[in-house]
Amino acid sequence: MKKILSGNEAVARGAFEAGVSFAAAYPGTPSTEILETISELYKDIHAEWAPNEKVALEAAVGASYTGARALAVMKHVGVNVAADPLMTLPYTLVRGGIVLVSADDPELFSSQNEQDNRHYARFAKIALLEPSSSQEAKDFTVEAFKISEEFGTPVMLRTTTRISHSMGVVELGEASPMKAPTLERHPAEWVMLPANARRRHPVIEERILALKKFAETTPLNRIEMSDASLGIIASGVAYQYAKEAFPNASFLKLGMPYPLPERLVRDFASRVKDLWIIEELDPFVEEMVKALGIPCRGKERVPLCGELNPDIVKAAVLGLEIPRPAPQALPPRPPSMCPGCPHRAMLYALKRNKCFIAGDIGCYTLGFLPPLDAIDTCLCMGAGINHAHGMSKVFGPGEQKIAAVIGDSTFFHSGITGLANLAYNSGCALVVILDNRTTAMTGSQNHPGTGVTISGEKTTDIDLESLVKALGIPWVRTVNPYAVNETRQAVKEALDSKGPAVIISRAPCVLLKTRAVPGTVLEVDPETCTGCKVCISLGCPALEFDGEKAHINGVCVGCNVCAEICPAGAIGGGS
Amino acid sequence: MNVLMTGVGGQGIILASDILSEVVMRAGFDVKKSEIHGMAQRGGSVMSHVRFAGEVASPLIPYGCCDILVSFEELEAARYPPYMNGGTTVIVNRFRLAPPSVIAGKEPYPDVVPILKGCSGNVYLADGTAVAQALGERRALNLVLMGVLSKFIEIPETLWAEVIADMVPERIREVNLEAFKRGRTIDLVRT
Repeated sequence: MKKILSGNEAVARGAFEAGVSFAAAYPGTPSTEILETISELYKDIHAEWAPNEKVALEAAVGASYTGARALAVMKHVGVNVAADPLMTLPYTLVRGGIVLVSADDPELFSSQNEQDNRHYARFAKIALLEPSSSQEAKDFTVEAFKISEEFGTPVMLRTTTRISHSMGVVELGEASPMKAPTLERHPAEWVMLPANARRRHPVIEERILALKKFAETTPLNRIEMSDASLGIIASGVAYQYAKEAFPNASFLKLGMPYPLPERLVRDFASRVKDLWIIEELDPFVEEMVKALGIPCRGKERVPLCGELNPDIVKAAVLGLEIPRPAPQALPPRPPSMCPGCPHRAMLYALKRNKCFIAGDIGCYTLGFLPPLDAIDTCLCMGAGINHAHGMSKVFGPGEQKIAAVIGDSTFFHSGITGLANLAYNSGCALVVILDNRTTAMTGSQNHPGTGVTISGEKTTDIDLESLVKALGIPWVRTVNPYAVNETRQAVKEALDSKGPAVIISRAPCVLLKTRAVPGTVLEVDPETCTGCKVCISLGCPALEFDGEKAHINGVCVGCNVCAEICPAGAIGGGS
Repeated sequence: MNVLMTGVGGQGIILASDILSEVVMRAGFDVKKSEIHGMAQRGGSVMSHVRFAGEVASPLIPYGCCDILVSFEELEAARYPPYMNGGTTVIVNRFRLAPPSVIAGKEPYPDVVPILKGCSGNVYLADGTAVAQALGERRALNLVLMGVLSKFIEIPETLWAEVIADMVPERIREVNLEAFKRGRTIDLVRT
């Protein structure tokens, strides 16, 4: 049966066909739909949102220790969080297959960097598979579990945004039965004390040689001979771009680029005249090919930054100027916080108190955009609290107004340790937890603070106030951010406390059914409006300015924040 | 055939391109579609590439190879000249959603028709938003525009209707099928 599937849906299907028992993930673009699809369509697989990627991988590893097959899914920067277990995992004995999906984001469509996670496979010395289509995303997922069990290795399946979020026709296969779990003890292979880990390291080195041998003959890697004057080695979506640009060239398609099939590469290189390595981001394959002493070209022409496309590949190989569409004079349309977003009101309160605002990863990062201009840093998940702590520590208590904002999901991901540090080291920053009761940026996923699991079951709901107090924070207050004046007052008091302080800004995301806004459109009274533009400084998509007066358009949901801050009292009512 | 769909997050572009992809697959083509999710929901520009042929390699349309551009919003139609050629069929829904700098009164909403006419000789304007509003369902705009698009692709109307019926939730099926039908007979103004 044929179906159109995205790369992510295809990976989920592959997990089902491979008889996976357990899948865990933390939401992150472009990986999120893999676990959502598993939970929605393949209900026999236990799927769960983990609070972060390290937890997801470790839980998946635990599941695989029973002999069951397990999958951990994350975006590229999530693998950084999971890097601790990932680097020792190859030392341990594999029972059930264990596969890590890393969804990379060349071009940074929705990420803070565009790191190339293929390096992790080489770093951890594990097999790396890279699908080039939805069909391969499914097939390679099944294959990854086979390789994992046959060679006793964790396997990384690496996709990119253009694989994860592209759709293509997939021929579906049959599901394999799940493996029944059994309890075994393998202390010498599972307890990574120095004496055991020392004995296990040679196992990794022997395994990578065995995998290399496998890579030489597996159909995952294949030579497609055509015109021998141009030979291209490519993997992932770059293979498709190269195929589009040079349909008559010869190809060595690497479905398994690591460990590199040395003999296959040499054989291919000997059969073609001009050898190119076409890959997005880093010269990962190119450096390995060059280390074999094989003359080839790649990153001297193919850009290191951003995603590729058929035109860039063509220009690179032909020695033409790399096409970069000229910047347009058109007004840009960047993503922005929604009308009525509770984050906007809280950020506004911090701005009015003249705070430096250390940001984090979430919708509120968009508060960086003018006219709100409210976010001063954004590095990685959980960093904001620690930035604010380090900065305010150097200045000393009460010297500068330094605050951190972090979303509820991000707080459970990696904010708790930062808050413990703030209390333990007697920090003096203000931390605002923007508790909108969801993981909003990735499309509203549940987390340990929402009281609901991925499958919709009710579960424990961590009480933020109790947690924050238990971590030793002396000043804690919960505010309704839509009550602008009270919120501003709370910020002032928190800053005056000069100790570690936490404000929990609680209002559900406006995209949730539980939202606290009425959904009615407010109006500006043109007679009363003075054109002062205070409301415009909120950066709300519902507020327009015609050069003299403010107007409210149809996207308004009636959150009333602009009405509260209007000095002339010109906003209100509405239908 | 390469179809580019453009607009703003929330206009229903993803469902529209899903429907097109399913239609052409059922008509026997290989199809690939690529779009960007994630931040798209936050009111940003959205584009979706749909390519179908005997066999499709790249999920992205090469520059200059767009056969049909369907834009759900006027300004968004003008962002992609590199994909167009003199023969590209451009279908623009007459609907303006002011971007942030226009909202803030910093610049006017541009007239994109001259830009589009500079790229292609086949520019059509369609008031799909009015048709959807007349149906009492603004969110059916995507199906109205699929109706318009279907006139430019040689696939039987019955197959489109079959796919729409399969892919649209039951409670809004009728209004969407009607939206599609009205889209097929909409007044296209060639500029």
